[in-house]
Amino acid sequence: MKEVAFFAGAIGALGGAIAVISLRNAFYSVLALIVHLISLAGLFLLLQGEFIAAAQIVVYAGAVMVLYVFVAAYVGNVDEPLWEPIPGQRFLAPLLGVALFTELGIAIIGSGLKSIETEGPTVGLGFGSPESIGRLMLERFLIAFEAASLLLLMAAVGAVVLAARRRAVPGSGD
Amino acid sequence: MDLTWYLVLSALIFATGVAGVLLRRSPLVILLCLELMLNAGNLALLAFSRSLGNEDGQVFALIVLVIAACEVVVGLGLIVAAYRRRIPLNVDEFRNLRG
Repeated sequence: MKEVAFFAGAIGALGGAIAVISLRNAFYSVLALIVHLISLAGLFLLLQGEFIAAAQIVVYAGAVMVLYVFVAAYVGNVDEPLWEPIPGQRFLAPLLGVALFTELGIAIIGSGLKSIETEGPTVGLGFGSPESIGRLMLERFLIAFEAASLLLLMAAVGAVVLAARRRAVPGSGD
Repeated sequence: MDLTWYLVLSALIFATGVAGVLLRRSPLVILLCLELMLNAGNLALLAFSRSLGNEDGQVFALIVLVIAACEVVVGLGLIVAAYRRRIPLNVDEFRNLRG
């Protein structure tokens, strides 16, 4: 049963990823990424990350992707010219991707780690539940949590400053 | 299900993201490919967290989620700003940072 769920999630995640890089229209790429994220949330559930899976769907597939959809619709389709800055880039890039995957695969298979060849130790029922994650975040990882919230605030303010319509500044070409 | 499967899938998604960044020119799609790579990292973090039976990796993945949201917000802000100034949305032409 677990195998079926894993392969369904894996096919969704990988198919979504390949669709993101191969679809011509940026809007369709965004939709393919949503498929990828939801399949990945299913895999997170299989790994008993209940809270992460929920956060992935609500925050990522929900909020962040809405932002992407709006920007993709605002900017419209960007046509990508066929001119290549590096000759043969179109063929070299997938080749480099395959080489990277081979290298990572050798590193994973040849690592000799005993624990990744099992399903992992048996864990309690509360593993990855909102309660235990929340307890960790507000006790052991409080500083990381606060730093992340500060960073999010700074990013939001920065985005507003970047994207705001400028008043006509004397001397600028705007 | 061996956890190796999850790690191999994570490597596959990461390699797809890298190929996408090298292949595409539209900054919007390149941001999407960065998301792919971050998510591959998250999958590996969760797999290792499961293999250790320890939830620290899940908190790490949650922080990665937050950082990804920040990166998206700033990146999309830049794209909108470039579009407003009628700069062509092509990373080969984003060469100077001067306004």
